[in-house]
Amino acid sequence: MNAERAAWERSSVTRVVSPVQPRKLAKVPFVELADGRLQGVVSSGSDIERVYVSSIGAGTHGFSCSTNNNRPCGGLHGSPCKHLRALVDEAVLQYGVHRVARYLRVDIDEDTASGAALVSRLNGSLAPTPAAMVFSRFLRHLAYLELPPSAEPIAELHWFPATGAVR
Amino acid sequence: MLAVQLAELLEGDAPGAAEALDLVAGFDDALVHGFARLGEERALALTALAGALAGTPLGPRAGEAAGKLAAGSVAEEHLTVLAGGRAALLGAVHDDLLARLDTALGRTRETWDAAPAPAPVPDNLLSGCRSWLHELAITGWRGVDHDLVSSAAQVIEALLAEPALRRPAVLLDGLAAELRASCPVATMDRLPARRWADLWTRALLLARPGGLPAASGRSVSGRLLILGADVHEHGTAVQIQVHGILEPARGGPALLVRAGVAAAKVDTIVGPAVWRLLGAFPVLLGALAERRSLEINDMLLLHGGDLVWHDGRARPGEPADPFATARVLLAGALAPAAPPLDRHPVRIAEPVLVEGYKTVTDHGITLDLGGGTLAVDVDRLPACGPLTPELVAASTACVGLVRWDAGRWLLQPLAVQATVKRKPVEAHNGDWALGPTDPKAVKAEARAGDAVAVLRERAGRLLRR
Repeated sequence: MNAERAAWERSSVTRVVSPVQPRKLAKVPFVELADGRLQGVVSSGSDIERVYVSSIGAGTHGFSCSTNNNRPCGGLHGSPCKHLRALVDEAVLQYGVHRVARYLRVDIDEDTASGAALVSRLNGSLAPTPAAMVFSRFLRHLAYLELPPSAEPIAELHWFPATGAVR
Repeated sequence: MLAVQLAELLEGDAPGAAEALDLVAGFDDALVHGFARLGEERALALTALAGALAGTPLGPRAGEAAGKLAAGSVAEEHLTVLAGGRAALLGAVHDDLLARLDTALGRTRETWDAAPAPAPVPDNLLSGCRSWLHELAITGWRGVDHDLVSSAAQVIEALLAEPALRRPAVLLDGLAAELRASCPVATMDRLPARRWADLWTRALLLARPGGLPAASGRSVSGRLLILGADVHEHGTAVQIQVHGILEPARGGPALLVRAGVAAAKVDTIVGPAVWRLLGAFPVLLGALAERRSLEINDMLLLHGGDLVWHDGRARPGEPADPFATARVLLAGALAPAAPPLDRHPVRIAEPVLVEGYKTVTDHGITLDLGGGTLAVDVDRLPACGPLTPELVAASTACVGLVRWDAGRWLLQPLAVQATVKRKPVEAHNGDWALGPTDPKAVKAEARAGDAVAVLRERAGRLLRR
């Protein structure tokens, strides 16, 4: 065990972040575990121009949901709205239920591990968070796809081998 | 690679390598705890690292830097000197490993004689990068929190916007994502100390004024025969590095070359979808998918052996079997020298053909080649291609890259010939470059939908307001 640990610590290509699982992005184009929150962007079901910015704090479980123009979500009545439920469901697909539960610090049963079970265990209340910050992270995320491709070698990427965990 | 060649490679230990890596580990430990809290033991480790450099041009400055850091003065210039010392030690280990591999394989390698010239890049962007790295070093990995990680966001965004700075941008972005996913680092039970110190060191060397080398090389034309595709990927970047043999039109020895094409991406674009981000290189992708050779005309070949890929200067040639290319041409091809800055064991990726082995599947997959054993790096089978551990286990021949990590040699398969259900099958990493050909993978992709198209639609609607 110690030899294995030493090899892990002395490996240049130790894997730190597990690749995420593929999922449909149409409803919830952006999900991340960052800044101490599960946060993301949910496309509106009725208006193609509108998106909701939803988040749940790690530990506190304080949640919020509003449009990108900072209008509070109409479906939020003291409990998580459908956008927040969709956010959790997609996060579970993307990262796996255990990683999400660990990040949010939720205890879940092995047998009932699902997004719905996770939402039912949240014990926070409405806690407004700056939607603008999350939204700008989403825009930055999208901006990656606008960058031009490169044909010069990037030697540094030898530290980042593609892995095949997703099969 | 023959049994005798593997036996020669595995024979004995490289003198001094273990000691050099121990000195590197001392530096890595200082980064774990932070240079602001060195303590006696870690200060001694830095002094030892500087001592090992005494006979080199870095010697006097390294000694001074170790002294200053031990006394608690954590200035950027001292960190940079010791980072350079760490890189020099790993460079020496790299040179030794590569020389052993070349000797075992009977591979001839060019020597590096190009004069270094810095790339003209704006220093104001790099100074932000250096400040963040400095802050990380003072704090140490153990002290990294959300705020410290987030403070790099603007710097990284600015680096990404400048194509000439793609190397440091992609590197810092990868490091920041790992730190973010690990926050708060203090609660981790073990740390990837070597890895993060590697990334930090390379970033600091690239970010110092004049640290980024300019692309220099010569124009080449000829027939490019593909050996295979190596795939590199983190959340926001993917690179396909094609290994091949170039038969120069002007004559002369066949050259071992690589061609790397890269694109920015987001973490939700995974598996075969990454190929869609490289649509700007249809000729290269077509040659991978159809297993064809390429006729290239007037393309820049860098001194390090990398073609700067220009898809318009390549046209598809005849079908070419990478296994045949490896059998016929690999042994006589001239290998390129490694660029000085890139000399690190992680960059060793030498194409070989291995056959006539038995696979042993017990704790991963190992190839038994005439009694010598070589572990297969099954973690390096990319999700964007058809290779699986099962195929490798059933294989009888493999074109792969010899790599070295954490004290041992490994084989990374790029293509295999195998027998499945008594039928011969062949699979190459690049087979799905124009889309998956395996019905199961096609279905999986259809289930997940077109991530690239969805995000581009969202970007079109939300980004330009």
